[in-house]
Amino acid sequence: MIYADNAATTKMSEAAVNTMVSLIGDTYGNPSSLYAFGQKAKEALEKAREEVAEAIGANPREILFTSGGSEADNQALISAAKLGEKKGKKHIISTAFEHHAILHTLKKLEEEGFEVTLLPVHENGIVRPEEVEAAIKEDTALVTVMYANNEIGTIQPIREIGAICRKHGVLFHTDAVQAVGHIKVNVEEDNIDLLSASGHKFHGPKGTGFLYAKKGIKLTNLIEGGAQERGKRAGTENVPGIAAMATALKESVENLDAYAAKLTPIRDKIIAGLKEIPHSAINGDEESRVPSNINFCFEGIEGESLLLLLDDKGIAASSGSACTSGSLDPSHVLLAIGRVHDVAHGSLRLSLGEDITDEDADYIIKSVKDVVEYLRGFSPVWRDLVAGKGNFIL
Amino acid sequence: MALYSEKVMDHFRNPRNVGVLENANGIGEVGNAKCGDIMKMYLKIENDIIEDVKFETFGCGSAIASSSMATELIKGKPLEEAKKLTNKAVAEALDGLPDYKMHCSVLAQEAIEAAIDDYNSRK
Repeated sequence: MIYADNAATTKMSEAAVNTMVSLIGDTYGNPSSLYAFGQKAKEALEKAREEVAEAIGANPREILFTSGGSEADNQALISAAKLGEKKGKKHIISTAFEHHAILHTLKKLEEEGFEVTLLPVHENGIVRPEEVEAAIKEDTALVTVMYANNEIGTIQPIREIGAICRKHGVLFHTDAVQAVGHIKVNVEEDNIDLLSASGHKFHGPKGTGFLYAKKGIKLTNLIEGGAQERGKRAGTENVPGIAAMATALKESVENLDAYAAKLTPIRDKIIAGLKEIPHSAINGDEESRVPSNINFCFEGIEGESLLLLLDDKGIAASSGSACTSGSLDPSHVLLAIGRVHDVAHGSLRLSLGEDITDEDADYIIKSVKDVVEYLRGFSPVWRDLVAGKGNFIL
Repeated sequence: MALYSEKVMDHFRNPRNVGVLENANGIGEVGNAKCGDIMKMYLKIENDIIEDVKFETFGCGSAIASSSMATELIKGKPLEEAKKLTNKAVAEALDGLPDYKMHCSVLAQEAIEAAIDDYNSRK
């Protein structure tokens, strides 16, 4: 199988598995216990915190371990909203194509009386910093913009947006789930106040993640209980998972240059190959995108059938089609970049992993071409378009 | 657990009666591209018998499988019988569809109804 769905989840690295297994077996003490055996687990936990902090240019005291990216997103937004509310600031700026962990939390805050502005992301899938600045008001409590989009892989001008937020004294959060471990992220250089990340997106285990909160930002608890995580996240820490996440992150960050050097040309080769398919279009900016992401729309076909046939050919990928989500609407990300429903249903996301080869790329290109052609062969939509009844959108 | 039954996957991978029927005397198209499903049924009806049937579908795996199964269920059957084909019968013949995919079988039933209506309107 060619696993091309690394934006959904990644395989754990060997080093991460080793860290996890050794801690599950030998270091099962509770980090809150004062005897040496418990303190050994505490040491593993704090070593992990140092490694994670170092990977993003933070201080270990600024790292809070969570159950994943979604929890970190929820806690970041709710904390910032509470801080704003105290000062009478109830306006939040975000974008139309955030992950649902952000959008649904914003919806909840809206119901609690917050005003939310969702900025457009334009055809290239990139937020414009000047539009962020223009949207900032007296009562803006928070700006939250994802670092890289999970579906189309576009990288946002985080540093510029962060600088604007600093200038106006507004908190800035970024959902960096698709960026951390894939491209260089540094909270200091990027002017980030709050950042969310997820372990299983960079070869760590599922159920792990972290929230970076710049020193001085008071977090609101989502989970009440014991005094773990400096009293900000109760519950006995998932020490093996957290340590394995840290191992994976350290490894990924050390390997960033090699990762980009290997994946970028393969990504671009696949993009060039898929562009040869008539009436297709790449989704999102071609330059400012993570090295692993390829996302296309193919007119006249539907994404789920494309995925099932690719699966038969041994390629695991994903789509923004409504049929793959169980809802009637296609991906909100594709709609946000201006793709109409008709073509958004025919989308394909390939997210590559480090083990991809040049031969795999050739096979992917050929397979997608064959399947698209086959499905178009009995698509009434395609027949009408070819017959000149109606206009091609792509 | 697999997303679909073996039968759905079989009809999806090897759709029966797929394509265009040049001498069709009843054609029905239902659904819309906005929702991600369009089915087109071509019927050749002679002496109140469905002599031949073909389909074209833009849609997901279960939409393609539902169209394929529906054509099998009506091919060679009297028109009166074809009229009575229900979406439930299509779904059952496929060993079931996930709840949120039942509308695909509804579309198959409606496509056949639309094609029969078209045939009747031409008489």
